[in-house]
Amino acid sequence: MNREEVIDKINDFLIDEFELEADQLTPDALLKDDLEIESLDFVDIVVIVEKEFGLKINGAEMKEVKTLDQFYTYIHTNLNK
Amino acid sequence: MGIYSVLGENLEQVKESLYTGKSGIGIDPRRTEMGFRSSLTGILPRPNLKGMLSRRERVGLPEQGEYAFMSTKQALDNAGITQDYLDNNEVGILFGNDSSAVPVIEAIDNMREKKDSTLLGSGSIFQSMNSTVTMNLSVILKLRGINLTVCGACASGSHAIGLGYFLIKQGLQDMIVCGGAQEINPESMCSFDGLSAFSVNHNDPTKASRPFDKDRDGLIPSGGAATVIIESLESAKRRGANIIAEVIGYGFSSNGDHISVPNVDGPVKSLEKAIKDANISPKDIDYINAHATSTPVGDMNEAQAIARVFEGCNVPVTSTKSQTGHEMWMGGASEVIYSILMMQNNFVAANINLDNPDEYSSKLNIPNKRIDHKIDTFLSNSFGFGGTNSTLIVKKFVE
Repeated sequence: MNREEVIDKINDFLIDEFELEADQLTPDALLKDDLEIESLDFVDIVVIVEKEFGLKINGAEMKEVKTLDQFYTYIHTNLNK
Repeated sequence: MGIYSVLGENLEQVKESLYTGKSGIGIDPRRTEMGFRSSLTGILPRPNLKGMLSRRERVGLPEQGEYAFMSTKQALDNAGITQDYLDNNEVGILFGNDSSAVPVIEAIDNMREKKDSTLLGSGSIFQSMNSTVTMNLSVILKLRGINLTVCGACASGSHAIGLGYFLIKQGLQDMIVCGGAQEINPESMCSFDGLSAFSVNHNDPTKASRPFDKDRDGLIPSGGAATVIIESLESAKRRGANIIAEVIGYGFSSNGDHISVPNVDGPVKSLEKAIKDANISPKDIDYINAHATSTPVGDMNEAQAIARVFEGCNVPVTSTKSQTGHEMWMGGASEVIYSILMMQNNFVAANINLDNPDEYSSKLNIPNKRIDHKIDTFLSNSFGFGGTNSTLIVKKFVE
């Protein structure tokens, strides 16, 4: 899966599941402060990523992911490992 | 007060259903496919809360929690209580709820399949616990008072109101959101169906719930949610509330007997304690909303208990379960609302499907047609597994 496809999928579930607006989804948006994704939401993101990408998120690694762009990169990199 | 029931999704609809004797019972084909003995159930649509609550607020709400949100929002609106009021006053919540089957089943199914608890999602735990309704609503409404779920089987909703009344009477709380909620899905009802306690009158679903009738063959599970806002008289007057009624008595008892078969002495004690607490005599009661679920032993024992306590009173007695089915954890709260609606509109709803009273119910005044009747004070019974009994007495408010 290329990076654009990863970005589209992530943006789709953030809009559908997390009820975010498309114009909020800028690469430098901070997941916690700008998109208001809190600790319990990350529990659901683990479930959705497994369903959408067949990928198991590593909790410790996700702690380093602060922006949406870093999240795209994290998923894309792990998918292509 | 507010209601989300098989008789309607607001007070006006429910009042109309009570007035016309409409039944809320139907057939659920899923139960037939799943191997249920009875496919009869109360029929109720799931509300769509998208747009009413945020995703985070919805994630933790199971089916009965959604019903409870609907009835509670209505109750608060009807009582003129705003979020600003809740933010600036200590308001509590006491709700009857005694199961939350589907989230538990889904979590276990997921674990067995995926063998990974991190794939269960964040809402599962908050949906699974019996305290799910009070847990969620207290956060949604930002409540700061008592925050507790009452698990008293089919008397849960009644005990919730009774305990709320006690807390207010003791001066420990000024206002409490009280009620009962009941899930209606087949998963939550299969083990009860296994006791062969449900009616199998599939040919005529609206005639299947027949409390006090000789030809009854069991109860019909039902559900939804009901909410009443109870508060001290001082609190109600201070905020200029439209006071509907007063809780004046609460009685309770435990049968100390069989786990599922009710008796007569336990309910008698609950009735007598409520009457004593209300400081009235049996002849002051204008209407009795019976627990009677349409099971032979339960109805007959309750009829004997009522006959013993109300000897010579000829008070009208009906079971609204003839229309709703058995709303279980919710019933004690919803039946207070049904009775208040009758009190406000001067009628007693028909105990529908009562064609042939049995030897005990024939001794009571049970109208099988709606009657015009002035009610100033009513009594509502709720009994449950384990022999838990609760009786509430409510009076029309007069300045």
